[in-house]
Amino acid sequence: MGETASPVPVIQVEDIRKTYGHHAALKKVTFRAEAGESIVIFGPNGAGKTTLIKIIATIIRPTAGKVLVNGLDPETDAEAIRRRIGVITHQTFLYGNLTAYENLVFYARLYDVADAETRIREMAEVVGLSTRLEDRVATFSRGMQQRLSIARALLHRPTILLLDEPETGLDQQAITILREAMKLEAGVRRTILMTTHNMERGLEMSDRLLILTRGTICHDCSTAELDVPALREIYETHTGVSA
Amino acid sequence: MSTLGKALAITRKDILSEARSKEIVFSALIFAILVIIIFNFAFGADQTSMTLVAPGILWVTFTFAGVLSLNRSFVAEKEENCLEGLMIAPMPREVIYIGKGLGSLLFMVVIEIIALPIFTVLFNVSALSLPVIVITLLATIGFAAVGTLFSALAVNTKARDMVLPILFLPVVVPVIISAVKATSLALTGSGWSDLGSWLAILGAFDVIFMVVSFWVFPFIVEE
Repeated sequence: MGETASPVPVIQVEDIRKTYGHHAALKKVTFRAEAGESIVIFGPNGAGKTTLIKIIATIIRPTAGKVLVNGLDPETDAEAIRRRIGVITHQTFLYGNLTAYENLVFYARLYDVADAETRIREMAEVVGLSTRLEDRVATFSRGMQQRLSIARALLHRPTILLLDEPETGLDQQAITILREAMKLEAGVRRTILMTTHNMERGLEMSDRLLILTRGTICHDCSTAELDVPALREIYETHTGVSA
Repeated sequence: MSTLGKALAITRKDILSEARSKEIVFSALIFAILVIIIFNFAFGADQTSMTLVAPGILWVTFTFAGVLSLNRSFVAEKEENCLEGLMIAPMPREVIYIGKGLGSLLFMVVIEIIALPIFTVLFNVSALSLPVIVITLLATIGFAAVGTLFSALAVNTKARDMVLPILFLPVVVPVIISAVKATSLALTGSGWSDLGSWLAILGAFDVIFMVVSFWVFPFIVEE
């Protein structure tokens, strides 16, 4: 649990259902995340992890159920929610034909980042790309693109981070940067919701875990005093899939 | 930044990207010039028949060059997985439509600015006149308005190169017919009073297409 738990949960998901035609990607998913909490979601492929992240990020709407972010309803306050959220996935959301600087300027404009120039330089420094700002993203390695993607996601100082298998393609340097970035900014601990297949990293980066299988949460517990073999056993019991 | 400012940021990003890749304008322009040249050879040196078919040829050229250009509008977003990056930004989905639509309009206008003088010379008609320019602009706005919507729809399909023309062409038929009729009148020296009704139809379709597309776009990109 976060140290500064507020009466209003940062993320509140209630009886969420999402169907695509006859296929139910999510069936009655319910959980809440308090301020400063880091939650990792494990689950086999097709369990509905990405769908859940997309619904919270307001990319798609649930078929039924309710999501509130900081007490705000995506139906009426989607823009206010998006200002609070940073999203990092294995897809970088970067334009290869633009330079790193142009990409960050573009996103700074979309997010109304104050004093964008200073913030861009600051974030480039954080992700170790200060000297490559004028280079086109297409010339970057996968690891460098992922680091720039971290800068993009943190540019507007989000208080909530949604990470969908962020470690895909990350080099060691990017993993260290991501870990640092996840912690806090301006003394505020970010609330983090992360999906991953990497149990070791997931345990290390979170203080609570959810196991999602066939569109439902079948396990919800603290990661304190949980090691990888124990997690593997729990995972196999609930999903029937060997981790 | 205002809503319009964000839309312009998207347009600016598309222009910057296109200036470096030259994917959209270059290919559509080459296509347009080739079509004009082929039709010019096909109708030979008979000036009477050239004048008669010129408006149709001009709009066949612009329509298909427009399809090529519009087809690429959302492909870059899709190929680089950036559409979701736009969707998580704090702005209404309609801003994406406006930004992408303005970019498409601009690319088509650039193609037309280069193709129209070539058409004028090869067909020996007075297409570089204010009435033809106004007709072209009005029809292109209609193309961009509805084409941007269908481009967003087609980009998620496997056969997107085929899907866009199949969706787009039947819907823009009224615009094409109005543009051909108006251009025909303009090329034969008719005045603004004769063109008025056709221009009004083009303007009305532009408004209808923009309003409907603006309203439908958020649902299309979300699912």
